[in-house]
Amino acid sequence: MSNLAVLPIVIPLLASVILAFIPKKTKASRFLAKLFAVVYLGYSAFLSWVVFSDGIIVMQASGWIAPFGISIVADYLSVVLVLITSIITTAAVFYAPNSLEKLQENHYFYTFVFLMIAGVTGAFLTGDLFNLFVFFEVLLMASYGLIVLGGGKVQLRESMKYVLFNVFSSMLFVTTIAFIYASVGTVNMAHLAERIQEAEQSGILTGAAILLFFVFAIKAAIFPLYYWLPNSYIVPNPVVSALFGALLTKVGIYAILRTFTLIFVHEPGITHEIFIWLAIFTMLFGVIGALSTHNVKLIVTYNIIPAIGFILMGIGLFSTTGIEGSVYYLIHDMIIKAALFFLVGALVVAAGTSDLRKMGGLIKQYPVLGWLFFIGSLVLAGVPPFSGFIGKLLLLQGSLSQEEWILTIAALVTSLLILYSMIRIFVRGFWGEDPGELPKQKKKVHRLTIPAAVLLVINIFLGVGAELVYPHIETIANLLMDRTEYINAVLGE
Amino acid sequence: MEIVMIILASILFATAIYNMLQKQFLRIIIGTVLLSHAAHLFLLTMGQLKRGNPPVLVDGVTNYTDPLPQALILTSIVISFGVTSFLLVLAYRTYTLNKTDNMDELRGSKDE
Repeated sequence: MSNLAVLPIVIPLLASVILAFIPKKTKASRFLAKLFAVVYLGYSAFLSWVVFSDGIIVMQASGWIAPFGISIVADYLSVVLVLITSIITTAAVFYAPNSLEKLQENHYFYTFVFLMIAGVTGAFLTGDLFNLFVFFEVLLMASYGLIVLGGGKVQLRESMKYVLFNVFSSMLFVTTIAFIYASVGTVNMAHLAERIQEAEQSGILTGAAILLFFVFAIKAAIFPLYYWLPNSYIVPNPVVSALFGALLTKVGIYAILRTFTLIFVHEPGITHEIFIWLAIFTMLFGVIGALSTHNVKLIVTYNIIPAIGFILMGIGLFSTTGIEGSVYYLIHDMIIKAALFFLVGALVVAAGTSDLRKMGGLIKQYPVLGWLFFIGSLVLAGVPPFSGFIGKLLLLQGSLSQEEWILTIAALVTSLLILYSMIRIFVRGFWGEDPGELPKQKKKVHRLTIPAAVLLVINIFLGVGAELVYPHIETIANLLMDRTEYINAVLGE
Repeated sequence: MEIVMIILASILFATAIYNMLQKQFLRIIIGTVLLSHAAHLFLLTMGQLKRGNPPVLVDGVTNYTDPLPQALILTSIVISFGVTSFLLVLAYRTYTLNKTDNMDELRGSKDE
């Protein structure tokens, strides 16, 4: 029974190993990648169903009982995020053959994708701080492989910066683990939560908590540590950007959500107060970045940053409503970011350029793409009845009930500016006059729009079907706020 | 003993940061290598440097060496070894394509 929890890590790992043997056989590797993605999706759905009906599943590796062994914990939040990851993976694997060049596809693209998914899934499921570091490294190593794939001049230049930042933050992570191990003598998250409660989170632990936040903030791209993100996310192929934008920063924010609702909860006056201010700046600076550029890829990439700000806002509020909002927004944002990156990839193919000033009138030739993009923009900005609205509603409810006026105003202004920055692409690119520089021949983009359309349908369901989704989000948030169930499940008391 | 090791680790940290702030690729990579050494040394010291019996459960022995930091460091060393070798290859490829190993010249311009 408990082995169910580890299978979501094993399936993509197995897929990546098998696909590593046949990189040159394009047809076979495409078929196998799709097959594995669908199996992974089906299994994640099954696991979510099992966990939501029977409760948390814990696997103790090799039978070493926590806190001595490594625990893999499939709790409500983890399985939902694994399910979303599997949906995005499946969409990406179906999108990839139409977007990648043959050279890129034949150089272990699918191997790296599945290896990265194994790392992401592992990071979501692990119940051990050091194990989290290991899975971070797994996903980063695979992401290094993906970001240099095809290796042009600019791409390698930006990859170099991306790799250096991540190496630095990883080593800082090890140092932080050393601090925490020295002061409480364990790295198991549930055990840490228990021990830190006994020690009443002394000053050194709060210091370690802030250092840990710093490490995750680099990965999640929180103000003022987001400057590495925009340029390195636009250089690879759109499908790689979509995977990065939808998954990698979200793993960072998930780690913050997990550690600061489970482990470091006793000094919210220090830690969570900082989060609120950082959330305000992250939202505002991110959206200002999105307004500052004419590159359509860069606009969507910059929009990752305010979304992280919204999620951090709920963690900072640290109330049930706030956490509900964060979880809702996290799920919504993972899917919509993947969809938008797919659509922007199709848009760049259609227009032959990523410069907004050279586009115009594309809606005549590509009506489906245009309207999908329009819906995507509304979903991202949180226009009712789409999914972004529900998440933001919960977040704003939370912040208003705690009388955080500046935060509320910043969130509302940011939402408006996000809508403006996205609609600008629609107005300038799809409406307006054709400047005459666009390729006359119509490109085939319908294969690129189908995966994005499927993701958008899921997003619309999250919004319109909020009545069905919300009770589950409520369960997740209640479990995050009341830590005892998680701790008891892992430590077996 | 611990205090000496901590001072050594802090010197390594300082050297690593100094090297990482340089402009040449190779110096930056040496910086990351030193940083990983510093972090590992720090982790080892934090597990307390006591000399005792091997961490195998036998009756009558009470003074054990803590095995966990060693296990953690071993994992971390392997990872940083892999990442460093990847970084070296990446730096070489970036140098051959961009014809420079100076970070100042790799900032990129607006119109790309």
